[in-house]
Amino acid sequence: MTRFLLPLALFVGLVIFLAIGLRRDPHEVPSPLINKPAPAFQLPQLHEQAKTFSPQEIRGKVWLLNVWASWCISCREEHPVLLALARSGEVPLYGLNYKDQRNDAIAWLDELGNPYLLSAADLDGRVGIDWGVYGAPETYLIDRDGVIRFKHIGPLTPAVIQGQLLPLVRNLNK
Amino acid sequence: MKRLAVHLLVLCSLSAAVLAQTAQPLAEDPEVEKRLQVLSQELRCLVCQNETLADSRAGLAEDLRREIREQIKAGKSDKEIIAFLTARYGDFVLYRPRVTPTTYLLWFGPFVLLAVGLVVLYRQLKQRRIQIKQQPLTDQDRRRLDELLEANNEKEPA
Repeated sequence: MTRFLLPLALFVGLVIFLAIGLRRDPHEVPSPLINKPAPAFQLPQLHEQAKTFSPQEIRGKVWLLNVWASWCISCREEHPVLLALARSGEVPLYGLNYKDQRNDAIAWLDELGNPYLLSAADLDGRVGIDWGVYGAPETYLIDRDGVIRFKHIGPLTPAVIQGQLLPLVRNLNK
Repeated sequence: MKRLAVHLLVLCSLSAAVLAQTAQPLAEDPEVEKRLQVLSQELRCLVCQNETLADSRAGLAEDLRREIREQIKAGKSDKEIIAFLTARYGDFVLYRPRVTPTTYLLWFGPFVLLAVGLVVLYRQLKQRRIQIKQQPLTDQDRRRLDELLEANNEKEPA
């Protein structure tokens, strides 16, 4: 009996193992920056070039950094969700305009609406590398102490916002 | 015919000139480029995940090569540069996984399977040797066999 049961059990185990592996999205690379201090930067603002933005300025707040670009197709898909999130006023939303042209980026926001309190312009993608950005859109949640608590790769969806993001925000704001 | 030959010659030298232009090294320092080449062969491009950083033409790969090139010029060691990248992108950027408790199965699993296979093979062979030993007939067996055959023949004459 064990002659047949043992290989069968091994086979079933292998199937379960592979089924789990195949369902995982290989494009979602876990970030080593979770629970680490958010990398510092100082970048010119997208709209007011003379002014800069640095995460240091909003220390003490729980906030979101959304990496976006006018060339990024998924960002367009994500945009209405961000506008709704901004309207809800649950969490301040800042943008990191990643490897974009300033004019294109401003025109994009004029056309679709601007959900961001402000966007920082990372024209050559150096800050993106520091944050481990490998594709837009990406969204980071930073807590009061300036520590990254959560990262979402790809477009945010209402399900992710309601199910994961906002509960975390409320928890961190306690 | 002569004109054609001249044309061909011009064409060849032109394309040679074009090729020579594209083959020019990107950066001035060949030492730096060599180290960059070796290092980026070991690193994964995160955009097109089955390509190395050396082969990828993705925008991020170009940025990362620029970053590595600058760090090499700044005198950083390979170890420091790899630490810089893994701190940002995780162990996933390494083509050769590190040996850590989470990768023990990956590194040593095949050897465990090999050992299990050898044990199974050894036991099978041992069992077969016992079977082979049991096969020769004793004289008593042979006599009984002859009797049986004879009895059978008598019952059913040909």
